[in-house]
Amino acid sequence: MATNNPSMFLLTVNGQIEGANFPEFDNLYCKYCFVYGHDWVPSSGLEEGITQITCKGIQSSHKLIWNFPLETTFKSTNPSGWPQLVMSVYGPDAFGNDVIRGYGATHIPFTPGQHTRTIPMFVPEPSWRLQKFTSWLLGRRPEYTDPKVVAQGEGREVTRVRSQGFVTVSFHIMTKDMKKLGYDTGPSGPANTQSATSSWSTEGQPYNM
Amino acid sequence: MKVCVCFVACRLQLPNTDLCPFFPLPLNPLSAFGVLNVGVDACTVCVCSLAVAVCFNCIPLLQQEAQSSEEDPGETLKRTLRAQRQRQKKRVHLRGEHLLQFSHGRTHVIQCSSGGVSPTVLQVDHDGAGKHDVPLAIRTRVKFREAAKRAVKGLPTAEEAYGFFTYNFEPDPKDGTVRMSRKKQKQRKTVEEDMGEADEQEDSEVDEDNQDEKIGQVRMTAILFNKYEIRYRKLIQRESELLFTPSFRTVPVAIKLPENMKPRYLEDEGLYVGERPSVSLTNENILENRILKMEEKWFGDDGRIIALPDPIKESSTRPPLIHMEEDLDPALQTVYKKVRHAHYGLYISSAADPEGDYQLDVDVSGLIFSHHPLFSREHVLGARLAQLYDQYLTRQHNNLTGHLTDKLFLFLYIFLPEHHRNTRQLRDSEQEKDRTLLKNMVKVWKEIKALREFQKFTNTPYKLCLRKENVDRASDKQEYEDEILAEVVELEAESEMDYQRKLAEYKKQLEEWKLWRRKQRKKKKKSQAQGDTEDEDEDQEVSESEGPAEEGPPKPEPLEKPDLDSIEQQVREKASRIRRKPGESILIPELSASGNITAYELCPRAEKARRDHVAKCFLFIKILYNNKEVSQTDSRSLSTDFRVHFGQIFNLKIVNCPQSINLQVFEEIGSSCSLLAQVFVPLPEPSGLTGSVPLEEFEFSSNQRVMFDHEGVGSDVPLSFEADGSNKQILMTSGKLACCVSWGTGEDGTPLAPPYHLKDGISCFVASGGEVTAPEYFRLEQLQQEFDFVTDEELDRSKRLRLLRLRNQEVAEFRNYKCVPALEREVTDEVFQEYEKRLKEGEIIDTKEHLDPHRALVAKYLQKIRESVINRFRLAKHHYHLSDLVIEEEIPSIGILGRNLFKLAEPKRPLKPQRKERKKVTTQNLSDGDIKLLINIIRAYSIPIRRPQSNLCLYFSKPGQSSQGVIQGSDWLLSQVQVRPFVEVSFQRTVLQTTTADGPNPCWNEELQLPFSAPNGDYSTASLQSVKDEVFINIFDEVVYETGVVRKSVHTQVERHWLGSVKIPFSTIYSQTRIDGTFKVNTPAVLLGYSKERSYGTNGGYDILRSLSEGAFITLFITIEPQLVPGESIREKFDTQEPEHLLQASERFERDAVQSHPDRPCITTVIDLNGKTVFITRYIRPLNPPQELLDAFPSNSQEAMALVARFVSLIPSLPDSISFSGACDLWSTCDQFLTLLAGDEEEHAVLLCNYFLSMGKKAWLIIGTAIPEGPTAYVLTFEQSRYVIWNPSSGQYYGQYDTFCPLQTVGCLVNADNVWFNVQQYTSPMRMSFDTTKAKLWKPFFSRSFSHPGLSSVQPEELVYRHIDKAAAAELQDRIEKILKEKIMEWRPRQPTRWNRYCTTTLKHFLPKLELSGGQDIAEGHRHELQNLLGDNRVSQE
Repeated sequence: MATNNPSMFLLTVNGQIEGANFPEFDNLYCKYCFVYGHDWVPSSGLEEGITQITCKGIQSSHKLIWNFPLETTFKSTNPSGWPQLVMSVYGPDAFGNDVIRGYGATHIPFTPGQHTRTIPMFVPEPSWRLQKFTSWLLGRRPEYTDPKVVAQGEGREVTRVRSQGFVTVSFHIMTKDMKKLGYDTGPSGPANTQSATSSWSTEGQPYNM
Repeated sequence: MKVCVCFVACRLQLPNTDLCPFFPLPLNPLSAFGVLNVGVDACTVCVCSLAVAVCFNCIPLLQQEAQSSEEDPGETLKRTLRAQRQRQKKRVHLRGEHLLQFSHGRTHVIQCSSGGVSPTVLQVDHDGAGKHDVPLAIRTRVKFREAAKRAVKGLPTAEEAYGFFTYNFEPDPKDGTVRMSRKKQKQRKTVEEDMGEADEQEDSEVDEDNQDEKIGQVRMTAILFNKYEIRYRKLIQRESELLFTPSFRTVPVAIKLPENMKPRYLEDEGLYVGERPSVSLTNENILENRILKMEEKWFGDDGRIIALPDPIKESSTRPPLIHMEEDLDPALQTVYKKVRHAHYGLYISSAADPEGDYQLDVDVSGLIFSHHPLFSREHVLGARLAQLYDQYLTRQHNNLTGHLTDKLFLFLYIFLPEHHRNTRQLRDSEQEKDRTLLKNMVKVWKEIKALREFQKFTNTPYKLCLRKENVDRASDKQEYEDEILAEVVELEAESEMDYQRKLAEYKKQLEEWKLWRRKQRKKKKKSQAQGDTEDEDEDQEVSESEGPAEEGPPKPEPLEKPDLDSIEQQVREKASRIRRKPGESILIPELSASGNITAYELCPRAEKARRDHVAKCFLFIKILYNNKEVSQTDSRSLSTDFRVHFGQIFNLKIVNCPQSINLQVFEEIGSSCSLLAQVFVPLPEPSGLTGSVPLEEFEFSSNQRVMFDHEGVGSDVPLSFEADGSNKQILMTSGKLACCVSWGTGEDGTPLAPPYHLKDGISCFVASGGEVTAPEYFRLEQLQQEFDFVTDEELDRSKRLRLLRLRNQEVAEFRNYKCVPALEREVTDEVFQEYEKRLKEGEIIDTKEHLDPHRALVAKYLQKIRESVINRFRLAKHHYHLSDLVIEEEIPSIGILGRNLFKLAEPKRPLKPQRKERKKVTTQNLSDGDIKLLINIIRAYSIPIRRPQSNLCLYFSKPGQSSQGVIQGSDWLLSQVQVRPFVEVSFQRTVLQTTTADGPNPCWNEELQLPFSAPNGDYSTASLQSVKDEVFINIFDEVVYETGVVRKSVHTQVERHWLGSVKIPFSTIYSQTRIDGTFKVNTPAVLLGYSKERSYGTNGGYDILRSLSEGAFITLFITIEPQLVPGESIREKFDTQEPEHLLQASERFERDAVQSHPDRPCITTVIDLNGKTVFITRYIRPLNPPQELLDAFPSNSQEAMALVARFVSLIPSLPDSISFSGACDLWSTCDQFLTLLAGDEEEHAVLLCNYFLSMGKKAWLIIGTAIPEGPTAYVLTFEQSRYVIWNPSSGQYYGQYDTFCPLQTVGCLVNADNVWFNVQQYTSPMRMSFDTTKAKLWKPFFSRSFSHPGLSSVQPEELVYRHIDKAAAAELQDRIEKILKEKIMEWRPRQPTRWNRYCTTTLKHFLPKLELSGGQDIAEGHRHELQNLLGDNRVSQE
């Protein structure tokens, strides 16, 4: 009965936060959480998490690897409010204070299959120069009141941000019953799998956006 | 076997260098070993701190050994040294042998190095038993011998011995040694002093041995080592538990193999084992040791680690990648896939397959000019000839003449005269054309030849040959004659028929004519009378009209014969004209371009110029698709025969509907470029694929006028070939373009043409596009329907979409609705019920809910205001400020920095802990269970005590005990506890209570934690602000009765007697984040069995004040954990009618106030019910209170004031924060307030203040903070040289110095004329002055510099009161009574509730008395009455 006439569809997200490219910083960790609309319910898996701290290897001078697995299943009745992955990266500054190194968000890919996303990261800027100095000195950089702000557009016009590095996430998406409910997200064409090989595997490869 | 570890370090320096790292002395490696081995004396020789340090490393090992043999490490060392000493002695005695010994030692060392783990390992035998002593440190043998010689003289003195070891054997023998020894002695002394017990031992050794010096040193070092050793050992021990350092020694094979197994070498047995990967021996040893430690089975039969053969191939097996691209293996070639245009379908047709891509191939083959301005005359003729020849060829190809001739015969046989004749005519004309063509060709050819002869050069390669084909003259003639005959016969028959027809017609006409003629004649006769001339004219006219008719009839007769002849003649004539003469050979023209063109040099000048011009001329073609240029061909030069070959194919990937394909021919001469002509190419059929469509020639022409001064003939210029210039021709540039347009095919042969129906679509589209007059602007309106999600009706009908829309509009019921069902049928109607009910309610006033219709109206009005405010608030909520999104540290100002610095210097007061600010939490991340309400109940004051009235106790105690109570009398009273209060807190279905304390001033100091859950799990600020839950804090008295003794156990019964309560709304706690203070407990006016304690209030002058603050108090601290950020008020600029400068001043005033005293509320402008900003002083105006109140106490003004305050406090209070969800604070005027009968503290305060003013009092509005209300408004009056603070919502009043005054902070004072801001040091009313004239203490808004502009009041001039409708009041009373009864019966549904009517009426009588007494304690009479009642009741209780 339920299989024939589903009232919900399922979206399974597997994947991992592969790593980051923050040329200036080291010893970073990443917090992630999912932001989704009213009609979405996470049915299994972790909704938010925190990675280990990683530092740059000698070999790969500018890459931070986390390889932190993501595994969550959502169920929903409505594609509106499609889940977004919000990442916030933290790390110590010159004085050892834990400060924000980047916020970023991306929608979970719609189409089933494998996807790799490179998320550009940014941080809010201090509102004026003196503030910038004191925040640097005191190790209290401006932060978003809620990292989930980066997943929404409202009110962002009042902030100023600076871009700062990238985080690469790979997803393996599965959906169930979407087509039965009339949502066709299309096949996973060959175009989607073009970046199946992650850029982490080879050293010295230019960072492709 | 002991191994000296120090070599690990030493070998770094020593074996490889001949120099000591600290002294530039040559060192023998062996001597270095000696030095290190001996340990301490070695160091002294070397005087190298490194060596000492190295020796430190030795010690633990040595000591470990010592430990193992249960010996003191120092002892061990000592023994080592002793052994050495003996050795030395031995050496001295056997000086001949020492060399040998040395060499022996050397060999030993070498042995060690070869057989040991490390090449530099030495063995130390500190037991001294071994003969393999380690060689001494010797620089050279010679020097050693010298020393030995000296030693032979006797036992060496201490100096000598020391010198022996320390002497550096450099030139400088005695002095240095002595000096050194002295120094050493000194050192020794100090050492002796330092060392305690070691001294004696050493002393004895001094006696015993001459070499005490050295020993002393050794001991010192040993003891020093001892100190280190203890620490070091511990460290080692700890490390050894954790760490394992694999040795790099070779592991014996036996350990690696299982017990009693011999190694088996497969290779020796003749098996192939392959070559093992090369691993350095050290690493292999380390690995083996590690594996052994881990006890894993990794060893093979041969005792080595199992290893596969070396996998590394000597040569690369992968094909080399670095190659030229051509050489690359096709399998390795990168495959490029083209980008797909997925949106194609949108453009070309919505029905089209979006996957398809369409390709139009345009093949531009070439261009031939039939005329060009640069043509020479010969070219013109040549072109004409070529044209004619082309025509000829086409005709030949079609063979129309032959075809028609065949047809003619056919018709002849089946006898279809009509068709036959027509066909013959056609054939004749065709034949004639053929013949003229041939003639013309010959003529043109002749002209060319003439021209060539005339101009003496040849420009065209044309050559016309006429090939003769001989025919059989006889048969040909026969055929010719037959044909003519047949035609003549035919024509004769035809003319015969024609004649007959004409004859019949003639006869008919003749008849008519004759008839007419007769009429005419009659007429003539009649009219002859009229005149002759006229007649003549008429006659003539008639004869004229008759002429043909009269001539006709006689004509056929004579023409009969000659006509036939003439027919034949005509036929023959025609035949000779259009047909080959019989017997004449058939001429077949052949045009060839094989002729030679005269070379450039041989041409005259004009021709040369023309040819130059031609060479400069280039042509190219632009391809326009839908009038957009998409491509162009290469530019090709014009050849001398005026042909251009392009041969280019353009593949057009198209996304738009094809409408036109246009090829533009451009001519480029030098730098100028001109458009010659345009050729419109028809669109191909969908079936017209590339390869199947033949090249087509499209003619084009241009009407450009071109003239040249050379041989070129130009264009649009008259041209004549005749010598006299007649027969002029005008030639236009023209030509033919060979091209073809077709649909491309994919790689796999699939046609890239759009489907067939698309073609129709296009044509329709094009057709309609032509008719519809398109507007000038572009809008998507035409396509709007396509963008419509669903139709409007469907949108309205669909429940699901409605739900989604309502949620998006943030309608309260649906704001956080989770999981809107995916399907329409799953949306139930119940979802909307509540919402629709509310919508309906808005229209219908439900009088049942409210006590009277007036209140219902008010409620409705309030609802409307609330909605508008909420809407406005919701709009404003979407305006974000930076601080809403980004947390940023405030820059510490210098003032704050200074204060912080000052704080550092402050003495610490651990006994006075202060509450610290906690981190604020934004509400977004919260969920159920995260928020707790912390309630700290500290203490209470003046709790009512139990009344020591025996007869009253009767009713509370059981009858059995009552007699006892009576007997005991006053003694019982004294021993009895006064009261045992405890506090019970209830909030949101959670009830907690404190322990029970004793006495009227109990101290609990207990913290209670109550969980908080927001409605619908919505923890947004707006939702939290509208929480209407309240915290109830009830004080109970715990009374314990002994119910009796049953089997030696005492049974007790616990009763709780309610004494009073305090309730605090959650919204207050939320908006203030914490509530800290002493609250007045609401106690009932009459507490049966309890009396208020007032035994201590006897100190004279304060009596009046004391009476003001009567009642029980409780001290509380309430907060929310974690601390929540309270919602901020709306930041919207409201409309206003105030002058701009006033607003600016007020803004400045408020800003300054906040900067200097951030914790003091300061209000200068408020928002009225219409949402307009109004200056606050406009609200203050004397207003008359109801006359009844004034009349009640005409003499006692204080009583009257209390009564007025009571009146005001009775108006229901409705906090704005709840009604407007904290959005903003709206101030209504007094008349609005009295109409609405609801308002919060400000309205009450304003009304009270206005009443007082009208009563002639000095009154101000206090804007401040109080507990538990938070920011609020109070009223201040000045009377009899003291200030009284009035709480407008409770009607209570307090003296300025009242401890329990709920007003905590005074921010500013307001009256009708001015606003004063409190700039005093303190904010508590007790500690401040209310003298507003002092500018130091109160900062006025209107001052001399900014005077009061005379603001008019917003209040009405007078308040009009309505008389109470007694009947309505009675009805209301009944209703209340009824409701109360119902409620009570509801509470006890199991028992029937019987009402004591007498009791009811008695209680009814109390109520007005209670009201009159104003809650003051009631007369004893009341109590007695009550007791009587209760006495009656007691019976019923049992």
